[in-house]
Amino acid sequence: MNFNMKKHNIGVPFVSIILAMLVGAVAMLLAGYNPVSAYASFFDGIFSSPYLMGETIRQVTPLIFTGLAVAFAFRTGLFNIGAEGQFLVGQLAAVAVGIFFKLPFFLHIPLAILAAAIAGGLWGAIPGYLKAKRGVHEVITTIMMNWIAFILTNYLIRTYMKAESERSMDIQPTASISFEWLSDLFQGARIHLGIVIALLFAFLMYFLLWRTKQGFELRAVGSNSLAAKYAGMNVKRNIIKAMFISGALAGLGGASEGLGVYGYMTISSVFPGVGYDGIAVALIGSNTSIGVILGAILFGALTFGAQNMQMASDVPYEIIRIVIAFIIFFIASSDIAKSILGLLRKIPLRSRKGGA
Amino acid sequence: MEWLSILTTIIHNAVIYATPLIFAALGGVFSERSGVVNIGLEGLMIIGAFASAVVTLWTESPFLGLIAGALAGVLLSLLHAVASVTFRAHQVVNGMAINFLALGLAIYLTKQLFSGSAQTTTLKTLIPKWDIPWLSEIPYLGPMFFKTYPTSYFAVLVVILCGYLLYKTSFGLRLRAVGEHPAAADTMGVHVGRMRYTGVLISGALAGLGGAIITLTTTSNFSYSTISGQGYIALAAVIFGKWNPYGVLGAALFFGCVQALNSSAQVLGFSAYIPTAFIQMLPYLLTIIVLAGFVGKAEGPKASGEPYIKGSR
Repeated sequence: MNFNMKKHNIGVPFVSIILAMLVGAVAMLLAGYNPVSAYASFFDGIFSSPYLMGETIRQVTPLIFTGLAVAFAFRTGLFNIGAEGQFLVGQLAAVAVGIFFKLPFFLHIPLAILAAAIAGGLWGAIPGYLKAKRGVHEVITTIMMNWIAFILTNYLIRTYMKAESERSMDIQPTASISFEWLSDLFQGARIHLGIVIALLFAFLMYFLLWRTKQGFELRAVGSNSLAAKYAGMNVKRNIIKAMFISGALAGLGGASEGLGVYGYMTISSVFPGVGYDGIAVALIGSNTSIGVILGAILFGALTFGAQNMQMASDVPYEIIRIVIAFIIFFIASSDIAKSILGLLRKIPLRSRKGGA
Repeated sequence: MEWLSILTTIIHNAVIYATPLIFAALGGVFSERSGVVNIGLEGLMIIGAFASAVVTLWTESPFLGLIAGALAGVLLSLLHAVASVTFRAHQVVNGMAINFLALGLAIYLTKQLFSGSAQTTTLKTLIPKWDIPWLSEIPYLGPMFFKTYPTSYFAVLVVILCGYLLYKTSFGLRLRAVGEHPAAADTMGVHVGRMRYTGVLISGALAGLGGAIITLTTTSNFSYSTISGQGYIALAAVIFGKWNPYGVLGAALFFGCVQALNSSAQVLGFSAYIPTAFIQMLPYLLTIIVLAGFVGKAEGPKASGEPYIKGSR
């Protein structure tokens, strides 16, 4: 199966978003809500104040990481459903280093982040190894690894680092990537340095994939593994490498969340969901770095704005899940959007300008 | 014989856990055999579980609930078929859309129907267990296999039916041909698009039924967590069972067993010796080990995931 998306022009995602919002409006009308005021309160909830913008960025940050993770694996022809688990072990590793090490900040932060990348990377490399050496389908193993990560991290927090409530102890202040001056800039929103790290890694992923020989090999394995093998590339090693890097990216997302937003890790009864959302982000962004950033912004803004919409106009939060689903649907079925774009182009320019 | 009665309980539970997986995974087989990847099984189960809860509450008939579950699955899978076959969409991408849509839609509608609550009220009428005369009286084997829900007996029948349909009828041959080599099937006069629609819609019916069975035998209401990963496990069962109905039956029973082991770990007193966390992990670890050790390379239908464009090579 080839995961590389057809190249589509910038119009397709745009038309898809509009179509999906129309579907959402119909769903609201059918349930007796006013879609216009609902969407208005929705946009209010994202942009109307620096605080809300900061919180939206906080929501977007982990999605960039998991989106990059999934996109990177897709590029190598692998479907990493395991970003969820890699995110969790990454967060645990970062928080553990944050709690138990006593270091100056310029060593502490990098160490905690590195630990997260390695933990997430190894968590991804196991399915990679099993795929390369034993031919086990990565879709199954990554799903299983998610559950193992979920149970294991809860167990480790409970046994070795539990605070009084259902969460880990707080990390040392030297490991925190949340800075007061940055928060103050956004009226106390929980925005943190993670967004900078996310953008940095988005660039690094682009650079690795498109500007290095290693990246060429990874992409070659992804688009045609037989041809890659014939050209003398080590397909198996590239699969393991790709899954390690993919897992590391998701793990970094965990670190960003643990060190930036909370400063601890909760014992959770449900999956955080960012790993699964990362799949959608990668797909919306056609597996490119810039696309993932835009996809994460879209996705994070939609999710965050929906919470405000529920409070302000009583429309259930889930309406946005429906809108997101249809965005993905229309992007997947890009022929629909393309034919609409085609129709628009057929309208003569004169009548578009109002018949002047 | 203490351990024997423990084993009886575990197997009894395993069959109950396995039943919805069998249906959903069989659905996956039909879709993938026709050449359409369906990672939307989770979503199809969700919508089936939701519809069955609502209809059973209205009509007080779990039987109508089952039918509603299957129909809801068909309707949602129609969206997948339209995207995958007609619009030649990226099938994995659209499968994710199905999963998002199902959960969003089901909770949205639940909130509409149950005055803002994110879960349905508890069903009063559920599927009762049936004792099979004579067979249920066999010591140990009886309670294991013949004192369970009728849906489990039905599941075995459906497996046999699917096996027959796929391997012994011309419909099955066509369906598989379309999934392996659509161009060749097309030359022989098989309508590729129509076969793929059929495959996807059957998968919707079966997965919807699977979701309905979870509501009507296990959870007795619908909420956010009624379906939590069973669709993905069913997906694993499709691959584990090598896209074959009988293989799928075995795989689903295996997953059922590990889950049953898991849920009775505390009762059995293992937890005194090993932290519960490790027992909870066991099903997932075992799955990985079994797949890595015994099953080996899993090769799906050749054209699975590839949209068919007439005249292309």
